[in-house]
Order: sequence, then C-alpha cells, then structure tokens
Amino acid sequence: MEDSRRQFLKITGIAALGLSTASTAGVLAADQGPQPYTRKGDEALTAKQWGLVIDTTKIDHELAEKITEACHTTHNVPFFDPEIVGPEVAKRHEIKWIWETHYHNAFVDSGSNNYMSEEVEHRPFLVLCNHCEAPPCCRACPTEATYKRDDGIVIMNFHRCIGCRFCMAACPYGSRSFNFRDPRPFIKETNLKWPTRSKGVVEKCNFCVERLAVGKAPACVEASDGAIVFGDLEDPDSHIREVLREHYTTRRRVSLGTGPAVYYII
Amino acid sequence: MLEYAIKGDKRYYAWITFLLALIGIGFGVYLWQLRFGLGITGLSRDVSWGFYIAQLTYMVGVAAGGVMVVLPYYLHDYKAFGRITVLGEFLAIAALVVCLLSVIVDLGQPGRILNVWIHLSPHSVLFWDTVVLNGYLFLNLVVGWNVLQAERNGTHYPQWVKPFIYLSIPWAISIHTVTAFLYCGLPGRHFWLTAILAPRFLASAFAAGPALLVLLCLLIRRVTNFDPGREQIQTLAKIITYALIANLFFFGCELFVAFYSNIPGHMDHITYLFAGLHGHGVLVPWMWASMGLMVLALLLLIPPITRRNEGVLAVACAMLFIGAWIDKGLGLISAGFVPNPLHEVNEYMPTLPEVVITIGVYAIAALVLTVLYKMAVGVKEEVAA
Repeated sequence: MEDSRRQFLKITGIAALGLSTASTAGVLAADQGPQPYTRKGDEALTAKQWGLVIDTTKIDHELAEKITEACHTTHNVPFFDPEIVGPEVAKRHEIKWIWETHYHNAFVDSGSNNYMSEEVEHRPFLVLCNHCEAPPCCRACPTEATYKRDDGIVIMNFHRCIGCRFCMAACPYGSRSFNFRDPRPFIKETNLKWPTRSKGVVEKCNFCVERLAVGKAPACVEASDGAIVFGDLEDPDSHIREVLREHYTTRRRVSLGTGPAVYYII
Repeated sequence: MLEYAIKGDKRYYAWITFLLALIGIGFGVYLWQLRFGLGITGLSRDVSWGFYIAQLTYMVGVAAGGVMVVLPYYLHDYKAFGRITVLGEFLAIAALVVCLLSVIVDLGQPGRILNVWIHLSPHSVLFWDTVVLNGYLFLNLVVGWNVLQAERNGTHYPQWVKPFIYLSIPWAISIHTVTAFLYCGLPGRHFWLTAILAPRFLASAFAAGPALLVLLCLLIRRVTNFDPGREQIQTLAKIITYALIANLFFFGCELFVAFYSNIPGHMDHITYLFAGLHGHGVLVPWMWASMGLMVLALLLLIPPITRRNEGVLAVACAMLFIGAWIDKGLGLISAGFVPNPLHEVNEYMPTLPEVVITIGVYAIAALVLTVLYKMAVGVKEEVAA
C-alpha cells in the first residue's frame, strides 16, 4: 500500500514535470520511471548489473542446441512444429529467447568480411536479450510492462503488457517475441516454476530471475559446460570481470549506445 | 443539428446500410481475431507492425491535412475557405476515428488499453501519441460543432472557441510529428532513423489530406445542393501541388543521403522496396506504382490548364491519394522491419482477415463522416435557403 502510494506520487510528479517545460530532458530519459525493486530471499544471488560472457570458441552446434533447449524448457517457450502448423506460420509465430545464428547475423555492423576464417563463419553464435544498460525497449513501453530491475535485468510483466509491440520495434537485436496465438497447446512439458503466457503479450529472455532468486545460475549458464559465464559486471572482483580482463571480447551493435551486457569471446 | 443525420432520402439510407454491413463483417472477423490472437494476420516476429499501424500513420496525415483549410481561413483571413473549414475539421475527426480504432485492433490485449493511462509513461512516444490524437479529436469536435452551430443560428461563434481554434493549428502539426517520432527515435532501424521523417510525413499529409477533401467537395457538389465552390477547390489544388513537390523532394533527399554515402544499413531498406533484397521483393511493383502515381499526379497538377480542369484534378487527387497511401501505408512500415536487425529478410503481406478488419474500421469512419457531413451540408443548405 505504502509502496503503491509512493509510486503513484512519483508517477504523477513525473507527469506534472512533463507538462511543465522545465525539464523535458529528464522526463525523456528512460531511467526516470518508477524504480521497481526486488525483494530478495536469503539464498538469492544479487548484483548491480548482471552480465554474461559467451565463449564462442567452446560452443559447437550440439552444445548450442542443448543450451537453447535448457532455456526454452525452463521458461515454457512453445514450439510451433512446421509439420503441424505449416512452415510459414511456424516461422511467423516463432517464439525464441536464445538461439543460434551466424557471425554475420549477430554482428551486422562490425562483423563480416569476404575473407573470413571459415571456422568462425560456421561457428554457432548464441544471441539473446542483451539486458542493455540503456534499454530502448523500456523507453518505448507505454505501460512500464517492460522495465529494468535494480540488478540490471530487463524483465517483462506479462500481466501489464497490452501487446502494442513498440518494444519489438525498439529492440535493435531482434530479441523479443510476440504471442500471436495461445502458446499453451504447443508447450511439450510445462514447468510449473515459471508461468506460461497468454496470447497477445510480448516475451523475451529474463536472465532466469526466478533461478537467481533461489541461488541458481541461469539455465543457459548451467547447460553450457563452462562456455557461458555470468556475474556482476560492476563488481571488479567478480569472476566475470576476471574473464573480461583476460580475454578480448566484443558486444553486438555497440555503436547504437544501448550498452549490451552480453559479451562475446570470438 | 443531429436531426439532419436521420433525415435522408433512399440513396442516403442505402449508403448507411451498406456501411453498416461492412462494419458488421469487419466486426465479425475482429471477434475471430480476439479469439485466436493476432496470428490471423500476416504479422510476424520480424515484421511486428503492419497494415493496422500503417492505417494509423496514413490517416494521422489526413487528419493533420485538415489544418490546410483551417490555417488560411483563421490566420490569414482567407475568407473563401470559410465555406469549407468545417468540412476539413469533420474530415479530421473521421480520420482520427481510423487512427484510434487501428491502434485498438492492433493490440494483443485490447482489454488492457487503459494501462496506458493507469501507468503513465512519459518516456514512451506512444503515450504522447495517445495524448495528441485524443486532444486533436477533442479540438476538432469542439471547434467544428460550435462554428457550425453559430453558422446555423446566423451568429458569430462564441469567443471562447477562438483559443481552441488557434491551438488546433500547431496541434495538427504535433499529431504527425509525434507519430513520426514513434519510428524515427528507434536505434537500429535505419530506414526510420532520419530527422526528415516528420517533415516528410507532414508534406505527404498536406498533399493527401487536402486531396481527399477535394474529392469529397466534388462529391458533395454532385449529390447535394451545396457547392463548396470552385475557388476553394482551386486553392486546395495549389496547396496540394506544393505539398506533393515537397514530399517528393524530401524523398529525393533520403535517396541522396543513403546512396551517396553508400552506407549499406541505409541503402538496404530502400533497395528492398524498389528492387528487392536477397531475392525477396513483394513490394517492388507496389512501390513503383506508388512513385508513378505520385509523379504522374504532379505532372497533372503543375500545369494550370490541367489543374483548372476539375475532372483532371479529381483524377490527379485520386492518384496522389493512392500513391501516398502505398508509400506511407505499405512501404514505410514494412521496409523499417526488412531486413530485420540480424539482416535476415522475412517479408510481410497483410492477410485477408486483416484487410477485412481494416475495411470495417474505414467503414466506421465513413459512417462518422457521413453523419457529420450530412449535418454540415444540411446547415449550409438551410442557411442558403
């Protein structure tokens, strides 16, 4: 009660600010919205800005598939079988949180040349939500249904989302999917620890917030046999920072200023 | 004044019945969409906006175009337009009906639409778009209604209406600017990421909106006893000509920047539209048709001899209206999403259910326009008599 009142005051305050011309710049900045906080249990893993390092040299097609499978089964991501719904519809309605692509697709601006190493060209690159420092999707959302948590994770509130898909247009990484139909008949085995979605809402990688809350690593990290490292990017003593210190890494579409929190070792 | 809307001849009622039938069919298909989800459309993970949002974008322009009769009359005291300002304002109202309904039919969870107002998010351009669109609807209703009522009573409209009239002029600019900002503020969508998008939107709006108004004026002259006037139509024709030139010029600026700079991210989308990309090009014939129609319309509009011929003018207006619709409706939205952020080409074409729902939306707007114009013409006929 106390919190919702405080949030209400905060929001009306910001709206009033928007109406006065005093500080439109402040209003336009995404981080000015109501700041959600996360209640934490005793075992919860915490950070200021969670991040991932994906060591692409350690991931082959088989492992990429295993990681994808782990993520999608954990989060009740439906699979539209092309043989049942038809190949076109399967493609249109596809929902994916993490998936395998080529180097030149993952790194469109900075990547490919005509004389690439064949090995890199055929290597699988896993792409997912980058949990950006300045997420354009959160800026676009008209209901705060997608927002950045205080631990840096960009998350969806499936019950608030109106399905306008502005966030999908805003995401420069193609990381978001929309439920064009009821996904439930297409989930092989439902994981009861994470909700299924209704039709008409957007979804994407949630950095396994439900697993972090009980002290577990994200499903992709767990399935990766050490090829994906996760940790707090803002903690200089964290393992992830150590990995970043020791390896040359790159991120996707850095020139756009979004500040991706997913790093790649090439 | 509403009584004018229920007094009509057989033709009038046949038209209303026809519109109601279209609305009924559209609504039926919409119920199907509500049940199944947006999966009955051609939209996809990659092209997540399409035909519905395209109608929003285009008709916002038509609504903004109404200011092209309001501004000369109220700011420059161009008296001739006094005869047709209310037609411009009522056209804006009908256009806004298309806009607002198109947003609603595009939502995945329309029942939650009030979340936009419960969880106010001033950082979202979509929030501001709802503000400007609803505000413009309100302004045109207030101004149109009061001015028409005053005309009927043979009095001057009340003084308190004046601030709303003046406000409606910059507000018209704002609706199309904010709608352009929906697109041009998104990182990584290079086709939209251009500062000239809002000016380009306005230029096409000031061509397409008045073009539709000219066609409606010619229709009104034919089916009623009210003549919107030859001078009025000719002045509109000149406005349309200038706006169309600006629109094509701005597009030329886009072409120069993309292709002289030779930056692939900027060229790819335009190449996709006009030549196809990686073997995909469903929009290529449409886009060339669009350009052909607009250029041809311009060739008919520039020489006074053709522009002054109302038959030719009508053809030019229709061509430009359709050409701009293809450009802004089909092309602009699709090309922003193709190729996708991973540089894959997945194309979009609206499906039949999507088109039928859209026709239903337009039928509702046409019904609103019919009722409003019936009122306006009724008043004008009464005053003349």
